Amino acid sequence: MASLYRALKAAAILAWSAFVVAPFLWALTTSFKTANAVTSGPTYLPWLQYQPSLEGWRVLFRSYGQGIDIVGPYLSSLFVTVTASAVSLVLGTLAAYGLSRYTYRLGFLGNGDITFFFISQRIMPPIVLAIPFFLLLKFLGLLDTELGLVIVYVALLLPIAVWVMVDFFNNIPREVDETAMLDGCTPVETFWRVILPNCKPGLVVAGLFCIVFGWNDFFFAFTLTFTNTQLLPVAIVALNSSVTPWWSLSASGLVSVAPLVGVAVVLERYLSRGNLAGAIR
Amino acid sequence: MLRSRHLFLLPGLLALLAIILFPLLFTIRVSFSSWDVVLHAMDFIGGSNYARMMRDTRFWESLVRLVAMSAISVALEYVLGFALALLVWRDLRFKRFFRVLFLVPMMTTPVIMTVIWRTILHESLGPANHLLGLLGVAPVPWLSQAGAAAASVILVEVWQWTSFMFLLLLAGLLSLPREPFQAAAVDGAGPVRTFFSVVFPMMAPITIGALIIRLIEASKMMDSVYVLTQGGPGTATETSSYYIYIRGLRDFQIGYASSLSLTYLVIMIVSLTIVAKVLGRALLGRS
Repeated sequence: MASLYRALKAAAILAWSAFVVAPFLWALTTSFKTANAVTSGPTYLPWLQYQPSLEGWRVLFRSYGQGIDIVGPYLSSLFVTVTASAVSLVLGTLAAYGLSRYTYRLGFLGNGDITFFFISQRIMPPIVLAIPFFLLLKFLGLLDTELGLVIVYVALLLPIAVWVMVDFFNNIPREVDETAMLDGCTPVETFWRVILPNCKPGLVVAGLFCIVFGWNDFFFAFTLTFTNTQLLPVAIVALNSSVTPWWSLSASGLVSVAPLVGVAVVLERYLSRGNLAGAIR
Repeated sequence: MLRSRHLFLLPGLLALLAIILFPLLFTIRVSFSSWDVVLHAMDFIGGSNYARMMRDTRFWESLVRLVAMSAISVALEYVLGFALALLVWRDLRFKRFFRVLFLVPMMTTPVIMTVIWRTILHESLGPANHLLGLLGVAPVPWLSQAGAAAASVILVEVWQWTSFMFLLLLAGLLSLPREPFQAAAVDGAGPVRTFFSVVFPMMAPITIGALIIRLIEASKMMDSVYVLTQGGPGTATETSSYYIYIRGLRDFQIGYASSLSLTYLVIMIVSLTIVAKVLGRALLGRS
């Protein structure tokens, strides 16, 4: 009975693992195919079933026209994601600390309502914002620029940073602040010298969430940029046309999702330590 | 007077207000105008856009479809995500390896993975039909037949987002206190009883949170639709966001699309609030 239970458990885990890994393995093998190997039907094993070629990978680094040039979009994506995440993290952490420690009144609105206002922005469907953002950035002359996207992404990521950090600060006892104040720290010094150094887990988790959701956004990059600025997902999806080069599509897809696997490793570490629980309740 | 406590809240609050408030007010105003590709003007045509919307069956059908597809996806994600979280919760060899592996899909860019799924589901050149063929299953028209196309979108959504549900539920499981389990073990409760009378009730608040978070995200469903089926065949997989995108940023009927977006937003907020209340009452026994 116990061994049957364990066998079923192992089978379930392996089945889901296979489902998770399947698209990556398929993309990996496809990335070494030529046009002929793709159009002759699905094959899986290089050398045995088809002659592998590095063409799919080589075109990624050629200039636009002869290839796809993935380096430019890669750097743009990196810049936009990191900048927007950093801004959101700073603004979000400050706001979350304030909301956790002080009492605010905005007319009839209290702390709970303000926190809800921040977090509720996640409910906003991108399409609702896309049209006005398009016209706003056009008015500001920021359409098709990286700065324009950074501004839009801050609106997207700030709620995530506030969501994670408010809960994190709520779990730090107020006595910590009070002791520091008694020792003569101003509120700003208390935050900077006493609270912030103890916040690394919260900051890492909030930062990672910002990076994941920033790096993975497609819709705003797609609607608000055209030729001057191109982010990675847009560049790759642009390959998805009637005659799709499956090989370079697979190669570029793998290159672009690879760094995020590292995020999963770090996030698992914090998860296993139990740093993630409270925010969901 | 500006005190130091304001230094904490105001920068973030003002930034968000500045970025969000203009689009929202603008959308409300534009929804009462006939702004389109010909006439770029903020005229006032009263409620004509809203009257047109009431007759626009394509919009209402897209809403029904969105509700059905997101409800099915989130339900599947919840059941699978909970099962996976339970599997890697306690003693297991290579536990942390599998936890990382199960987290990977939510980290990867949805549109890029969807493009790869599109090659997998290709009807003649993709491995899905090939492998099913080896098992003697007839080729499935994954993307060209209405029902199968909707199922394909759900399949991709489930692949992508079960890991997010898994993350939230595993974080919840890991935060549970140990004593109730020891008590259950002392009482001789088996794994099934322990689950239904200890784990599930204790996980109720996390279940509600996780379901709501995923429903919010699923209600925006459009990237996977855009890449996989472009709403097709016909309008079989067209979600509300995608339909509004077609009207607004492809046909450039800014005025009409704005009235659709506002309606969509209000319907989403109202229905998600109701869902949260109902779930709260059902699982926590309070309103």
